[in-house]
Amino acid sequence: MRIAGKGLLDRSKPVAFRFDGVRYEGLEGDTLASALLANGVRLMGRSFKYHRPRGVLSAGSEEPNALVTIGRGADRIPNTRATVQEIFSGLDAVSQNRWPSLAVDLLGLNDLAAPFLGAGFYYKTFMWPAAFWEKLYEPAIRRAAGLGALSGQADGDVYDRAYAFCDLLVIGAGPAGLMAALVAGRAGADVILADEDARMGGRLLSETGAVGEEAGVSWAGEVLAELESLPNVRLMRRTTVVGPYDQGTFGALERLGHHLPHRGGGPLECFWRIVARRSILAAGALERPIAFRDNDRPGIMTAGAVRSYLNRWGVSPGRAVTVFGNNDDAHRTARDLVDAGVHVAGLIDSRHDAPQSDLFPVYRGAQVCGSAGRRGLENITIRSIAGEDRLQTDCLAVSGGWNPSLHLTCHMNTRPHWREDIAAFVPAPGAVPGLSAAGACNGTFSTAGCLREGAAAARAALEDLGRTAPPVVVPEAEDDPYRITPLWAVAGRGRAWLDFQNDVTVKDVKQAAAENFRSVEHMKRYTTQGMATDQGKSSNVAALAVLADVTGRSIPETGATGFRPPYSPVAIAALGAGGSGKGFAPERQTTSHAASLDRGAPMIEAGLWYRPSFFPAPGEKTWRQSCDREVRMVREAVGICDVSTLGKIDIQGPDAARLLDFVYTNGFGSLQVGRVRYGLMLREDGYVMDDGTTARLADQQYLMTTTTAAAGDVMRHLEFVTQGLHPDWDVRLISVTEQWAQFAVAGPWARALLNGLLDAPLADGDWPFMACGEVSVMGVAGRLFRISFSGEHAYELAVPARYGEALFRELVARAEGLGGGPYGMEALNVLRIEKGLITHAEIDGRTTAFDLGLGRMLSSKKDFIGKTLAQRPGLLAADRQRLVGLKPVGAVKLITAGAHLFAAEAEPLRANDQGWVSSTAFSPTLGHQIALGFLSRGPERLGEVVKMVDHLRGVETLCEVVAPVFFDPEGGRARG
Amino acid sequence: MRISCPLCGPRDRREFYYRGAAVALQRPAADAGEDAWQAYVFLRDNPAGVTRDLWYHAQGCGAWLVVTRDTASHEILATELAAEVAS
Repeated sequence: MRIAGKGLLDRSKPVAFRFDGVRYEGLEGDTLASALLANGVRLMGRSFKYHRPRGVLSAGSEEPNALVTIGRGADRIPNTRATVQEIFSGLDAVSQNRWPSLAVDLLGLNDLAAPFLGAGFYYKTFMWPAAFWEKLYEPAIRRAAGLGALSGQADGDVYDRAYAFCDLLVIGAGPAGLMAALVAGRAGADVILADEDARMGGRLLSETGAVGEEAGVSWAGEVLAELESLPNVRLMRRTTVVGPYDQGTFGALERLGHHLPHRGGGPLECFWRIVARRSILAAGALERPIAFRDNDRPGIMTAGAVRSYLNRWGVSPGRAVTVFGNNDDAHRTARDLVDAGVHVAGLIDSRHDAPQSDLFPVYRGAQVCGSAGRRGLENITIRSIAGEDRLQTDCLAVSGGWNPSLHLTCHMNTRPHWREDIAAFVPAPGAVPGLSAAGACNGTFSTAGCLREGAAAARAALEDLGRTAPPVVVPEAEDDPYRITPLWAVAGRGRAWLDFQNDVTVKDVKQAAAENFRSVEHMKRYTTQGMATDQGKSSNVAALAVLADVTGRSIPETGATGFRPPYSPVAIAALGAGGSGKGFAPERQTTSHAASLDRGAPMIEAGLWYRPSFFPAPGEKTWRQSCDREVRMVREAVGICDVSTLGKIDIQGPDAARLLDFVYTNGFGSLQVGRVRYGLMLREDGYVMDDGTTARLADQQYLMTTTTAAAGDVMRHLEFVTQGLHPDWDVRLISVTEQWAQFAVAGPWARALLNGLLDAPLADGDWPFMACGEVSVMGVAGRLFRISFSGEHAYELAVPARYGEALFRELVARAEGLGGGPYGMEALNVLRIEKGLITHAEIDGRTTAFDLGLGRMLSSKKDFIGKTLAQRPGLLAADRQRLVGLKPVGAVKLITAGAHLFAAEAEPLRANDQGWVSSTAFSPTLGHQIALGFLSRGPERLGEVVKMVDHLRGVETLCEVVAPVFFDPEGGRARG
Repeated sequence: MRISCPLCGPRDRREFYYRGAAVALQRPAADAGEDAWQAYVFLRDNPAGVTRDLWYHAQGCGAWLVVTRDTASHEILATELAAEVAS
């Protein structure tokens, strides 16, 4: 219920929302949890395993119980913590993990079966028969025990990513963080202050104490106003710093859209990578519950959460509140409630020396040992020396002490230190380079202490940054000592919850220890404690303490569980923002892209490039019809093909030839200006890396072409050779792949076509096969190479990329005038297979020059990359699988790529495998299927019939082994 | 993770391509023998501690770098141009 005069919300701004279909009203600034509590709704979820009714435990992101699904349909978001979800007009929240409804959950039957469902039950129960696990046990368990479900449809939400840089990152905007940001901001440092909350101020929003002369919340407001006014300070609200990474990089999730009724196409979340020279962790502390019998009833929550609901949101979670604690901080909750006019039925303090009060009854040296109530708390049982007593209450505020939020200091594998005086872990100094902890996350719990440490941490950071700290007066504030006597679990029968989200009880931890899972890491995994979405924020230390107790060790001896990023859950969609669809694989388009689409060409991916498969002509119904026509067109007239995707590297300098001689297996020293040579490149381990042609354009200038696939690899390789192996060579290289558009003009009419186009016709005899030179193309300076990947008389004509589209259209029009036209990847592939020319289907990283029949290209006169290891006996063994041609000779005429080769009479078993098919095509030129493949001792077996078996497609074909060049083996057509 | 490129300054690791141990800079002579070549091409240490490896500033200046770093602490101790290390 809402308490008059309490809270920081504007009572004149009501907001209507729905929970499980029921309409409620809250106030602007409410979380779903505070608004539901204000409406008297305590039951917000069902537990994971036993389907126990649950309400909120906390008022922050550590919430284990109150998980809801926001929205319906494709964009619904499951497992949202009601304690962080801000309400907005039209918010539609639905409870989870219950059937048919939250109030009547039939799966609550699991709770009756609890004696059989303890720690490790699935390891023991669902053992036999093994086949049942996947089919029956796992699906059933998953249905019964679970969280909210995704819609199963594509996520329509927009996610973004961003980068930021700063001198100082301050994580958390409570008293310590605000003070640190103020000191550093006034010093002129670039500061980012990030806080997961929608409103900055941290605990100051939840406490009534003064800072300086004013209320803490007013002081926070003034500091924030000053920080807002500083151009060197950026405030990032709703931004959780989820983890530190190397060299001062932090991941942070900014929630931009979860609180908006309409996002207008804006992103839901943005994942930040923040690079900070220094950082201050001021993440505060999380209050821990105390385990006692049935301590999970709705209405039982942490004492600090009760103060937050009261002081920040103006809500009392109950009418007759009781408080149970082991430290002085618990008393603050009782005082605030009484001040607000809420009835406090009693404060139960386990310490015999607890302070007394005249405002409410204090039960010193007593413990709460049980609770009762249907779907919510109705009474508690108190045990003291005097015996057991029952107290009517609808809200129990529990404080087992505070755990510093040191999670980020563990993310780089450093374990925290135990401090006996505060019964808590504190960060190990230097756990994250450049980061220091200040305030409650460092074990300093008083407001004054937080302010002092925040200022000191900022001064130290400024000194590291070489800046002078300005004089800043740290205001006075509450500086109470923090007195605590540890109490982790109240002894007794029944189930006492440690981990609310994963339903792990004290009994489970004891059972783990009894079964010898005594290491804290083993205990965790056996019981699943700390492994839910809250990562054990409210249960890790208590579970560790219980384990220490039953194994007779101290807490430091027992160990500490570490934390891993992220601090709180991050959607994969946010982490991967920008990396889906075209962000994952951007599209590279050639200059002829639009012209190809104009002609109805289906585009096919080649790496990131998109290239035309074929150009359908009127009446053609299948790709084969188009492909066959295009092949015949090139063989009989002239075809045009965009070959710009091949890598082009401009190599210049006095030592350019030395470089080529070193990276290619064959000699390039003798290559004349105006000539092109085919070259083969090996990796240093002796296998083939790539092939291509290199043209000598001038005395000290070469243009290397690479395959489309290996363009980047080859560039990197050449850079490595020139920088890392021969920095003394005077040679420079640059990729010019995208600067030049290049088109193959191939076929008997190629020369006629060019002569009509070039400003000066090609003189007879000046352009033999493998010649190159500069030409003028309708006034544009271009380059011409007489090279052929089709086996025909062919050229490749290159112009600066901005002329590419115009040239392509012009070439195609002229080709059509000569009975030709454009051809696509399918025809290109058929043409090269007919000629036995290799691509990366053959150069697959496992083949050698010897395998490819190119052994003679390994020069004996010079050293080159890969030379030594290419001579290894194993790479030259006669029985290696080597390149051959294949053609069908039996009844079945189909040869499929990837199929394996066997001796004609052999059984098609792996043991008998003799090779495989790498490329295959129907040759319209020859009228039958042809293929390239690798066959053991292949070149020695020409004329032999082998059996091709494709086990996947169920094809078996008898093939004759032939030479890999099917068409014009003498090469007269290309040279003529 | 960030690497300080001697030419471009501190940059995000996404700009770099990782190759492996800086051993690759010490290419043996063609006749150095099997053991030297096997060591050069295939044998690598896997230290929990200081290591030197090669990174290529692919999305930047195109420089090959020798990065000295600690595999245990992830601290980067030095970055040098491979061209200067090799010469």
